[in-house]
Amino acid sequence: MAEQVPLVDYLVLGDEPHLRAHECTNCGARFFDRRNACASCFGTSFKDVDIVTEGELRAFTIVSLAAPGIPVPFVAGVVDCDGTAVRGNVINTEPDPDHVKLGMKVKLTTYVVGSDDNGTEAIGFGFEPV
Amino acid sequence: MAEQVWILGITMTKFGKHPDKDTVDLAAEAAMGALADAGTTMDKMGVLAAGNLMGGGGIGQQLQKQVGQTGIPVYNVSNACATGATALRTAIMAVKAGECDYGLAVGVEKLAGAGLLAGGSAKSDGKVYEPKGRYGSVAPTDGRIGTETMPGVFAQIGMEYGHKYGGTSFELFAKISEKNHAHSTLNPLAAYSKRFSLEEIMNDVMIAYPNTRPMCSANCDGAAAAVVVSATELKKLSKEQQQRAIKVSASVLTTDPWEEACQILPNVNTLTRNAAKQAYEQAGIGPDDLDMVELHDCFATAELVHYDNLMLCEEGGAVDFFNSGVTWRDGKTPVNVSGGLESKGHPIAATGIANIWEVCHHLRGEAGDRQIEGAKVGLAHVIGLGSACGVHILEKAAA
Repeated sequence: MAEQVPLVDYLVLGDEPHLRAHECTNCGARFFDRRNACASCFGTSFKDVDIVTEGELRAFTIVSLAAPGIPVPFVAGVVDCDGTAVRGNVINTEPDPDHVKLGMKVKLTTYVVGSDDNGTEAIGFGFEPV
Repeated sequence: MAEQVWILGITMTKFGKHPDKDTVDLAAEAAMGALADAGTTMDKMGVLAAGNLMGGGGIGQQLQKQVGQTGIPVYNVSNACATGATALRTAIMAVKAGECDYGLAVGVEKLAGAGLLAGGSAKSDGKVYEPKGRYGSVAPTDGRIGTETMPGVFAQIGMEYGHKYGGTSFELFAKISEKNHAHSTLNPLAAYSKRFSLEEIMNDVMIAYPNTRPMCSANCDGAAAAVVVSATELKKLSKEQQQRAIKVSASVLTTDPWEEACQILPNVNTLTRNAAKQAYEQAGIGPDDLDMVELHDCFATAELVHYDNLMLCEEGGAVDFFNSGVTWRDGKTPVNVSGGLESKGHPIAATGIANIWEVCHHLRGEAGDRQIEGAKVGLAHVIGLGSACGVHILEKAAA
């Protein structure tokens, strides 16, 4: 089996793939990217927290025009995972308004994005209807 | 007590394609137009604030070389789609602070023919995966983890409003676009002044559902400029200048305070609401007093949420508010009678001054066929992602 790396460092691979956020130990604000200080309370101490893998689709769009090389159409959305908002595509369903609905329940899933010259696979994530 | 500031002269160029003019030509046309409109000259100006995003920097000094190098301080400002409003506010602050009596603000952009203005930040996958950046990504994420494109981002902002309050649909958003395109037919300076039927809008090319092409702001060339003056100095000017001067009753700039999810989908709501609240307080008026509003309809989906953010309607009531017809030009609160960014066009750095020109044009009673009769007070709003929000409230001179 090819070696695998996550597309982004906040995706944790393994038997139960999930997302991991940096949580401010002072105010609880969560960030997926590296932060110098908390944007909410200016604290500088963070701990890693696991994000639940099921959520509700809070907003979406179906992108039909994108930068060259990006396959369209695709569904981009915001998923509310038990109070933490996550950006991701809605996948494994038809990209049209009959199949994608506001408020629908979705769960995290992973897929192979591609592989590099060493044969290492990049693993991305998306959300599919439950 | 800080000085009251007035707009003495203001102008916008025709928005559209200007293949024979460069960025500095357009800025000079607007600047000289604003000076002429004000009945004043460059030697009176104590400050120049200039905005341009795509031209490579230093627009203020480049402009001085064409309209007058007088040695005054120049502030080159850049604040995304709020750049024009930021330039104007910079000049206003200088006058308000008593540093000078006159200020000139200019916003200019050459954007005709530009495509999507964001997205595809990294063009191709690397040969060997290596985590890069603050997300430790090994390959481009646009299109794989959501979308970076503006039509897609603002589509989600409109959809999020629909999820929260209900009542939105593809057709509803298209109807907002229908209104603005209808309004544009009366605006000779608009880049596009063609009326579209609802069916034409809905059947046009889909960009990012629910935004079709005519529901997106139009990339174009254009510039706008304004001369501001202190109340003390205005009193020394002619009766005509005093009558045409427009009072800056509020000038506000905000950024977005941290809230959960603002890192996931830009929150254009809170900073706009904050700016509106501050502006109404500064001006001592409420949303019901507004005779017209020019708001940042970069996409049809954005206009809806800003009805609510600017408190033109009750919280959560934007759909009913629009459906009641009040935002059409013959309604109680006409919104985007210029045609808005969807038809007038959106030469980014010019937009934040051009929308103020539109309001001033009506308050002066000079708007011709599209005049909102008896307009005495208006509001202009812009928002740039990142984010920055500018809100100005303008009032007709009393006498």
